[in-house]
Amino acid sequence: MKNLSQPDEWRRRLLKGGVSASLLTPLLGTGLLMPGAVLAADWNRPAFTARNIGDALKSYGAGNAMESRDIVINAPEIAENGAKVEVEVSSNLANTRSLALFADKNPMPLCSSLEFSGAALPYARIQLKLAETMRIRAVARTADGKNHVAFREIKVTLGGCGG
Amino acid sequence: MAEQIKLRAQIQGEFTELRILLQHPMETGQRKDDKGMSVAMHFIQTFIVSHGGKTLIEGQLNTSVSRNPLFAFRVRGIKAGDQLTVSWLDNLGERRQDEFTVG
Repeated sequence: MKNLSQPDEWRRRLLKGGVSASLLTPLLGTGLLMPGAVLAADWNRPAFTARNIGDALKSYGAGNAMESRDIVINAPEIAENGAKVEVEVSSNLANTRSLALFADKNPMPLCSSLEFSGAALPYARIQLKLAETMRIRAVARTADGKNHVAFREIKVTLGGCGG
Repeated sequence: MAEQIKLRAQIQGEFTELRILLQHPMETGQRKDDKGMSVAMHFIQTFIVSHGGKTLIEGQLNTSVSRNPLFAFRVRGIKAGDQLTVSWLDNLGERRQDEFTVG
């Protein structure tokens, strides 16, 4: 039996129709199912919980990404505190639909994936925890489904995963 | 109760920079408290930024995003008076949604 306390697990079941309507009705009052609330896409559990960079890239579907100079990563060369390292990433590739950030040596390398639609530019600044000195990589996925990647080395003086 | 989301929109002509602060502990599950007890994993998994009902950004996060994460995004065509909505959902099912009017 899967852990149904996880909200995304709930949603997956609901979407599959695995839960009957009679079971749904009492949930309406609990806030678990809020009519009108915006529901995000399912959290990509296999990719986020992958324990090494190879598996994380594969689960994210970017195992074959081509290196590109059109992805720009700005980050400090030396981060004194690994608990908060600001990384800026943007893509100049036409029709970039999503950007994902991986920290190669973190216990779970995939840090974030962002999808941009409509008027949002493929640009983000985000604060990451980095366990140690390592290479981070940004993967940009374009509308044709192709993946492109860029790398950046960040030295960390105080690791950020313990606190 | 989850703490309020903060948003600052800075219109620079055609483009607007959105700075969004999600107030959340973002616990990795690896940290120990003062008594040496493990602190349970608690982190935002998904968030959405929308503009007048249309989705702009859908984000998925891991425990490796900092505590009280601050984001910046760039969006085209936002005007004063426009309505922005930000919502998040964490791994324990807690959620928060806030609406903002661009000043």
